[in-house]
Amino acid sequence: MRVTFTVNGRRHQADEVWEGESLLYVLRERLGLPGSKNACEQGECGSCTVRLDGVPVCACLVAAGQAEGREVVTVEGLAEYARARSDGAAAGARSERAAGDGTPAQPPVQPPPLAPVQQAFIDAGAIQCGFCTPGLLVAADELLEREPDPSDADIREALSGNLCRCTGYEKILDAVRLAAARGAETRP
Amino acid sequence: MEFLRPARWDEALAAKAAHPTAVPLAGGTDVMVELNFDRRRPDHLLDLGRIPELHTWETGPETVRLGACVPYARIIERLPGELPGLALAARTVGSPQIRNRGSVGGNLGAASPAGDAHPALLAAGAEVEVASVRGSRLIPVEEFYTGVKRNALADDELIRAIHIRKATGPQAFSKVGTRNAMVIAVCAFAIALHPRTRTVRTGIGSAAPTPVRARAAEDFLNAALAEGGHWDGGRAVTPSIAGRFAELCAAACDPIDDVRGSTAYRRHAVSVMARRTLGWTWEAFREGGAITGGGAQCA
Amino acid sequence: MTMDTDRITTSTSTSGRAPARTATELRQGATAKGTIGESTPRPDGTLKATGEFAYSSDLWHEDMLWGFTLRSPHAHAEIRSIDIGEALAMPGVHTVMTYADLPAETHYGLEIRDQPVLAAGRVRYHGEAVAIVAADHPETARRAAARIKVEYAELPLVTDEATATAPGAPVLHPGRADRHAGGVPHPNIVHRQPIRRGDVAAAEARAEVVVRRDYEVGMQDQAFLGPESGLAVPAEDGGVDLYIATQWLHVDRDQLAPVLGLPADKVRLTLSGVGGAFGAREDLSMQAHACLLALRTGRPVKIAYNRYESFFGHVHRHPAKLAYEHGATRDGKLLYVRCRIVLDGGAYASSSPAVVGNAASLSIGPYAVDNVDIEALALYSNNPPCGAMRGFGAVQACFAYEAQMDAVAAELGLDPVEFRQRNAMSQGTVMPTGQRVDSPAPVAELLRRVKERPLPPERPWADAGGSVDVRGLPGGLSNTSHGEGVVRGVGYAVGIKNVGFSEGFDDYSTARVRLEVLGGEPVALVHTAMAEVGQGGVTVHAQIARTELGVTQVVIHPADTRVGSAGSTSASRQTYMTGGAIKHTCEAVREEVFRRGRERFGHRHPGWAGDAGLLLEGGKVVTGAGEVIGDLAEILGGDAIDIEREFRHRPTEPFHPETGQGFGHVQYSFCAHRAVVDVDTELGLVKVVELAAAQDVGKALNPLAVVGQIQGGTTQGLGLAVMEEIQVSGGALVRNPSFTDYLIPTILDTPSIPVDVLELADDHAPYGLRGVGEAPTLSSTPAVVAAIRAATGLRLGRVPVRPEHLTGT
Repeated sequence: MRVTFTVNGRRHQADEVWEGESLLYVLRERLGLPGSKNACEQGECGSCTVRLDGVPVCACLVAAGQAEGREVVTVEGLAEYARARSDGAAAGARSERAAGDGTPAQPPVQPPPLAPVQQAFIDAGAIQCGFCTPGLLVAADELLEREPDPSDADIREALSGNLCRCTGYEKILDAVRLAAARGAETRP
Repeated sequence: MEFLRPARWDEALAAKAAHPTAVPLAGGTDVMVELNFDRRRPDHLLDLGRIPELHTWETGPETVRLGACVPYARIIERLPGELPGLALAARTVGSPQIRNRGSVGGNLGAASPAGDAHPALLAAGAEVEVASVRGSRLIPVEEFYTGVKRNALADDELIRAIHIRKATGPQAFSKVGTRNAMVIAVCAFAIALHPRTRTVRTGIGSAAPTPVRARAAEDFLNAALAEGGHWDGGRAVTPSIAGRFAELCAAACDPIDDVRGSTAYRRHAVSVMARRTLGWTWEAFREGGAITGGGAQCA
Repeated sequence: MTMDTDRITTSTSTSGRAPARTATELRQGATAKGTIGESTPRPDGTLKATGEFAYSSDLWHEDMLWGFTLRSPHAHAEIRSIDIGEALAMPGVHTVMTYADLPAETHYGLEIRDQPVLAAGRVRYHGEAVAIVAADHPETARRAAARIKVEYAELPLVTDEATATAPGAPVLHPGRADRHAGGVPHPNIVHRQPIRRGDVAAAEARAEVVVRRDYEVGMQDQAFLGPESGLAVPAEDGGVDLYIATQWLHVDRDQLAPVLGLPADKVRLTLSGVGGAFGAREDLSMQAHACLLALRTGRPVKIAYNRYESFFGHVHRHPAKLAYEHGATRDGKLLYVRCRIVLDGGAYASSSPAVVGNAASLSIGPYAVDNVDIEALALYSNNPPCGAMRGFGAVQACFAYEAQMDAVAAELGLDPVEFRQRNAMSQGTVMPTGQRVDSPAPVAELLRRVKERPLPPERPWADAGGSVDVRGLPGGLSNTSHGEGVVRGVGYAVGIKNVGFSEGFDDYSTARVRLEVLGGEPVALVHTAMAEVGQGGVTVHAQIARTELGVTQVVIHPADTRVGSAGSTSASRQTYMTGGAIKHTCEAVREEVFRRGRERFGHRHPGWAGDAGLLLEGGKVVTGAGEVIGDLAEILGGDAIDIEREFRHRPTEPFHPETGQGFGHVQYSFCAHRAVVDVDTELGLVKVVELAAAQDVGKALNPLAVVGQIQGGTTQGLGLAVMEEIQVSGGALVRNPSFTDYLIPTILDTPSIPVDVLELADDHAPYGLRGVGEAPTLSSTPAVVAAIRAATGLRLGRVPVRPEHLTGT
């Protein structure tokens, strides 16, 4: 079957998709977006976490056909997603006008700088093998979007669906705290 | 394999009638695991994700009519007042990602004895609204579970909604797992006090081939509470009443030995949870305050 | 927000402590120089954070086929027949291969080549590979594998020591010719190592307190997150290029080339991104299968296991049964230890001989005991094959000897930490193997540090108003307790692990370093075959090159087999060994710079005259007094210096086969833990509240990475203590091959892990460093269990501790 949906702001179409394929398989093997990881394929590790219409889900448990017409954000688009969010927050109504004037957005010439949560994971030493990192980043970014100043208990609950086997989670907690603290510094 | 994507409820029913072996796909949190691991290869997948009414709920005077596909995350956020036991159970389902997709309809469709929603539904009192091109019917949740991973749905039927009695008294849900997140219940227990009818109802998960109510325990407790005038006087439940109740709850179990837990442990744990949750809910009732969580703050 | 949990003590004095690092310090990010001793960020961090880092399962090639493996449903059976006809006839299927199709050598193995590439007439464990398929879609390959008809005749099982050595027991590997075959009492014993020292009988007669107990350790899985995977690409020269996630490229190649019937130079391996290892990638998994299918079809072949298959695709930690007897004087001096450790190696040898050597030689722990009678052995059985996992051999022993230390202390009425400190080894102590420890062994100090840490507050779940946050309780959001039945316990443990390959193994690593000036700036290229599996070796390697060559720009070349072997990323050895090789090679590069400089410019400045004291800094040659006497760009011009060198640690020797005496280990590492737990004693649920660690690392080349290793290892030990076990049925079938039923700790199960790092230099090692990765995995488990014992009063001789054990159900 054919499946068409938006990934990281770009429309994608995949043909000859087997009906039993997951969104994860289509992203990784058909769309050339292997950032979302295939660690368990049973919803028990969170390595394939993506945003589906804004909601964090395990891409391994979404049938490809269920993504038809939907908006997906993966780790590959996280920096741009975070930038658009912060631009939107800073510019407020201005960005709405810009979006409404009919001028197509220019693709950035340079890749956008990392999302704050990505930079914090690097700085805090939260990445070792990195296989869990994409899913954790998507989940942590969504947490900070919802709750810019989370408590440790909030962080733990929000990330409880993401297994990490290398770090013992301490540096991941540090990273989310760090991203939150930096966010607080830049907020007016 | 064919992927069916009805946009309306009547189309979904027609598709199910035309393809009775079609596997309904809601959040995918059970079905996709079976597909990914080559345990199931149905001829048709029937995606229910595009049917708006399955994702909404209506709150009536007595019940909440909960659309089959309302994700657990919504229940936790929006319905903790009306459905406190179910909201507590929902918070123990899988992980945040799973709670964003999984639904009570999916839990009922899979009918696993370990489904987290079942004990809460049994304790609160619920009916499952199922439909087909032939019409619709309401099945009391107790009668919905017919065996291990089997339910009362006919081949052409789909779950439309669950009618759950709104809480009129404290409710609690407890689940034993060997991990603090993403864990399938070793066993689970739910209790709901219904002060208007002066009854207490229970639900036990993962300790018998199907989710069950501990009816003998309920009967004993209801009689003991009536006899002692507990509902009126706000008297404490004595340790001996709580102890007997717990024993009878354990006796209602018919658990298996498996990788997750032993038969003896499951019985034991159900009795401990029964005693504790009765204590929490009864104390909350006596205090006359919160109807959730037996006095515990969960966030 | 502060990060006050980790302390790094950099002085060689054990009393001084550095101030806590703060978030502000961390926020400064990359350090200016990135030399050793700094918390330089990972060079692969950005790629890993953006999803662009290419793991082995991400690889893709035009025209690629998918490989799939058919595995045995039985633990022990004869294969009567295999019919591949129907599978081969399926559209989309390109080939199906069985044992009969193997072109050359039919077996492989790390040390003993006893494992068939595809089952040879007999399967010896549940999940053994029987046939392989290549098809154009993974689903087609799976469907085809399901149509292969295999006729099995089940055989009697060997599942433990009794069934392995009973009269008439089936011999799993008849006709053994390996080097251990002659020394074992039964052919179903892979290897046996006794160690005898002193006079145990005389010591026993003097002992005033004797404690004898049995222990058991369940089968743990490494549970790395990136399942086995790789891509084999057939080459025009008839060879094959394999892009693979492994721990040791060269030993993979050495096993693959004979199986493929190719000379070693036609089997080229390149490391792809590795999603964790922890020992599980030391043996081959899909490597040979992918190469065979690629060579047979002439097409690139990718194999990527799913999680279910991964549980059958790699070896696990050896489960063990351990019998211990400790004798002591009334005043708390250990007199003797007797112990017997039986490790279940499963169907194939893998690393079993080395695991036996570790278990035996480290069996009494970091204590000075003059009289020992030790025996360790590994069985062949029909259980899943077991081999390398972080801390192997030492993990199992540590659980038992630390439980014994608590038990003896209790008998003596002594504080368990005090009793350990009285018997703690130190520099100069003679090990049971007769080896005198010739570098710091601060065992008592590590214990002191974890003990002196303030204890976390009691009843963390209750606020002042009397309400309860269940997230702080055993059971957490599962809402099983609001404080009922909850008892706190505190426990301690300390462990000892060898670093590097032991027992006379020729352990070396190779580094190639190329120094040149590009665009006016000196650049060092570092090329090794070290498998970066997440530990951060690539970070440290660049730091070493910067330190030794005084450059800013370091390029880490992808690891492959075009350079000499780096040895395995295991045994906590890579910073020591490949780090050592890079240091050694950089020194040679530096000398060559000086030689060329002296040759061309020696006449310009008297500073060139002496060899001593010259440095390379920022692209300049500088004298010890800080005077610039040469410029790298001028010295090198357009030329590069390109040197490859091997580095070896001090030689070790085998243990004597009967007495176990010998200088077997090159270095030891030590870690201590204090665990604080809350136990719901009625439901048997455990919440680990805090798990504090103290470890001596000799020299922290990258403090952030060191702490990360210690926290990660600690958490794996926690997993073994309370949840992780591969359960094997009576029929030797794996019962829980999934992340639904093989549970590893989530962020809600993992406590705060404050870390105290000591840096007492080992003068024999590069920069004085000590291997870090494994030691924290040892003591974490017994510390947690000791804390549970303290809370419950139960004996708990088995890990993982299950709710059933705590509730008598």
